Parts: sequence; structure tokens; C-alpha cells
Amino acid sequence: MENVISAKNISVSYGKTQVLFQVDLQVKQGEYLGIIGPNGGGKTTLLKAILGIVPIAKGEIEVFGAKVREHGNLIGYVPQLSHANREFPISVVETVLTGRTKKKIRPFYQYSKKDIEIAQQQLEFVGLKDYRNRQMEELSGGEFQKVLIARALAVEPKLLILDEPTASVDAKSREEIYEILDQLNHDKTIVMVTHDTMAIASSVKSIACLNHSLVYHGKPALTPEAVRDLYGCPIDLIAHGIPHRVLGDHNHGEIKE
Amino acid sequence: MIEALKTYEFLQNAFIAGILASIICGIMGVIIVEKKMIMMTGGIAHTAYGGVGLGYLLGFEPIIGAFAFAMLSALGIGHIKRKGGIQADILIGLFWSFGMALGILFLAKMPGYPPDMNSYLFGNILAVTHGDLLQMAILTAVVIITILALFTYVKGYLFDEEFIWILGVKTEVLEYILLLLIAITVVALIRVAGIILVISLLTAPAAIASFLSNKMKTRIFIAIGFGLFFSIAGLIISYYLNIPTGASIVLLAVSTYFVFYVFHNMREKAIQKQNV
Repeated sequence: MENVISAKNISVSYGKTQVLFQVDLQVKQGEYLGIIGPNGGGKTTLLKAILGIVPIAKGEIEVFGAKVREHGNLIGYVPQLSHANREFPISVVETVLTGRTKKKIRPFYQYSKKDIEIAQQQLEFVGLKDYRNRQMEELSGGEFQKVLIARALAVEPKLLILDEPTASVDAKSREEIYEILDQLNHDKTIVMVTHDTMAIASSVKSIACLNHSLVYHGKPALTPEAVRDLYGCPIDLIAHGIPHRVLGDHNHGEIKE
Repeated sequence: MIEALKTYEFLQNAFIAGILASIICGIMGVIIVEKKMIMMTGGIAHTAYGGVGLGYLLGFEPIIGAFAFAMLSALGIGHIKRKGGIQADILIGLFWSFGMALGILFLAKMPGYPPDMNSYLFGNILAVTHGDLLQMAILTAVVIITILALFTYVKGYLFDEEFIWILGVKTEVLEYILLLLIAITVVALIRVAGIILVISLLTAPAAIASFLSNKMKTRIFIAIGFGLFFSIAGLIISYYLNIPTGASIVLLAVSTYFVFYVFHNMREKAIQKQNV
């Protein structure tokens, strides 16, 4: 299978702080990857490096076999909700339409009929068809997040990159978002940063654990040792309300010794 | 007042200047307030003082000096900010004081009696000439046409710069264009509000508009409306109370903002109570 993302030996620093250290990550086509790890462990930085927003000090990143930002519009990006300007005066459909923005700045540019059609379809897909003329400011966190997903889909991407899509979102929206992502995974590769154990337990096909370097990448059945490396202490990664263990059985007492 | 308006050309000029200033403030004010570039605008405006001083020293039109300095500081701030390594507000603070200091230095080195700088610092809408009006009209037209031409992109840039950058849009070009438009705005407004007071004309109408509408285009029109009210009512107040026009316009604008702020807060609280 073809590699959608191929990151080789990448390191990223902010000033003197090294955030990512020699990270190797290959993401195959059709993968649904959850990136987990402690706060400040470089999860968002890794996404931004893949997107080209953050420059890498060392290493190489290719997306669809091309250098960063040269792959055409194959990536749909859903940023963290908490970083979005929730008060900005823009309507729902206008927000989704920004996903159709053409690369080349042309004076007096207007979106085409086809662009508007695509935007409508994506709004319908995320279940917000009737919200098109509302202002973004009026939306709940969950609705806002779904509009951001619709915007990323309006790009018509093959790879979807999401940064904590269910943080600060109500429980119902959270489930709906996972349903949306499950459906999208039929024909799109998904990479998602998450803190949500429910997602790790039931949605994603593989996980990557990041704590400045890549601790683990594979099926979502973590070894206790890997978790200890990741968080510095043993943690039960059990999804609430779901009888599904992320970790294999382990004993706290044994690990402590 | 009406009689005086019919008789005196300088009053007619002042009214036209007020209208042009309101249009440019409404458009650019909404953008500046949304992108949180108020302090950057202040920096660019104050750097322009250096250009005014240089104009007096070398004997050319001070407004041209202000224009050149505002443009250079806009490009300079944009460039250094883009290269990184300096916190934006440090950079702005340095440009701000450096430009003012240069202005003072140039004026001190100027032969003869130093000119009255009040009209550049605080504006004097009553001293606006035909030439000033023509210059303001051209600059206003440049701002309107540029924003209309790029509205789709500007909106995308203001809402989420990173997202359209990922799509391959050259957001740095948009940023420079906006910075240059800010420089143009500052120069167009110097006659009316002066370097120091220009900030309130850009801030107050746009900030009030953000209380009243959550649509960007509507905000621009509301801001233009308030700008008109402030400049014309300010003019009338200054006429009857015999106070400087710059001060009366700004005092009116800022106090109106606070009235709206109090009402807005009361309404928000009432809504919160209802929801509980």
C-alpha cells in the first residue's frame, strides 16, 4: 500500500526547546490514526509539521509523495476549536466556502456555482444543512466543530488531519463526529490528535504515541511499558462506559516496583 | 451653524473631510479591530511623525514624508514580524518611539522658527484644504477598490489565515497589502484626527458596530454611520463650545463607545439570566 504521509527522522524546535526529536512516521492509505500523548508532547506540532505550518529543523516529510505544500489540495485540515475565532462575523456557508478558496489571488473573485454546491453538500453531510445562513458566532461548540469539518471536506481532500476534534464538544456531538469520521474513512485517510479514550477504544484503527519522540505506533493495544514511557506513570486507558480495554491487562503493583 | 456652513468654505471642506474619513474608518476599522491590529496601526501612525519632521527639515510637503514613513514602517514591521524572533508588540513599541524621536530630531535641526505641530498630532478638520480633500478622496478610493477586489480573500485571511495558507494562498501578500492600506488610512486621516487621535476613529466606530451586528458587511456600514455621526456632531460641538475639533470628535467617539459597552453588558447579563 502507498504511504500517504512519510515523515523521516524529523526534529522540530521552538527556540531552545526541542519539541519533536527524530520522529519517524509512515501513514498508509486508508489508515485511521489517533495520535495520543501528554500535553506539550508535540502532537499538534507534528500535525503542523506535516501541514508545513511549522518548519522542521531536520528530517524529511512527504505527503502523497510530494514535498509539503506542493501536493495540491489533498489535505483537509480541521484545527483545534479552542484556537478558532468563535466571534468572527462570518456565516456558516461562507466558512465552508473558504475551503474552496483558489490558490491564486484573483481580483474580484467570487465563488462559483459548483463551489456553493459542494459547500452545501458538505454541510448536509455533517448534518447542518439548515444552518447555512446562520452566523458562526451563534453555533454551539459541537456545531462549530462540524462546520470546520465541512470546510475541510469542501477542499475535497484525500487525507483528513484533525486536531482534537472532540475537545470542548458536547457528548452527542462527539458521537456524531466519530460517526462522520468512520464514514469518511471509507475513502479517506484520517490522522487525528486526540485525548479521547473513547475514540482510541472504538474508532481509530491504529495509534501513535508521541512524547517528543514516537514511543509507539501500531494497533490500539498499548503495552503498559509504552504508556509508562509516554506519561511517565502507569495509567489505565479505559474508555468510559465502553467495555473495551485499550491496554492489555496489567497490574499497578507490578509496574511500581 | 447652517448659515455659517453656507458662508464658509472651510466648514464645507470639514464636512466633506468628515464623510471621507468615516468611509475609510468604517472599512479599515472593522478589519483592524477583527485582526487585533490596533496597536500596530498606532505604531505605523506614530512612525509617520518622522516623515512629517523630515518634510519640514528638507522643505517638502510633510504629508508626503508621513506617507513614505508610514509605508516603510508598515513594510518593515511586516517583514521583521514574518522573519520572527521579535515579539510583535516589542517591534511596534520600537517603531512607534523611533519614528517620533526622528520627527523631533528633524524639527530641532530645521532652520528658523519651528512650525506648529498640533495639526499633525491632533488633527484640525477645519484647516482641511481643497488639495487635502483631493488627496483624501484618492486614498479613500484606493482603499475601497482594493478591499472590494480582495474581499473574499481578506475575509478568509481574517477568519483563519492558517487554513487558507495551507490551501496554497499567499497570505503574506495579503498581509502586506493590509499593512499598506493601514499606512494609507493613517495618512488620509492625519488632517482630520492627527497621528495621536487617529486610533480612536479607527477603533470606536468598528467596536460599536461589533456590538450591533455579527455580519461583516453590516458592521462596515454601521461603522461608517457612526464615523459620520462622530465627525459631524463633533464638529458642531466644537463650533458651539469653542473647543478643538480633534478633541471633541474623539471625546464623543470614546464616550459613545462606553455607553454602548454598558448597554451591551446589561443585555448580555439579561440573556444569561434568562438562560439560567
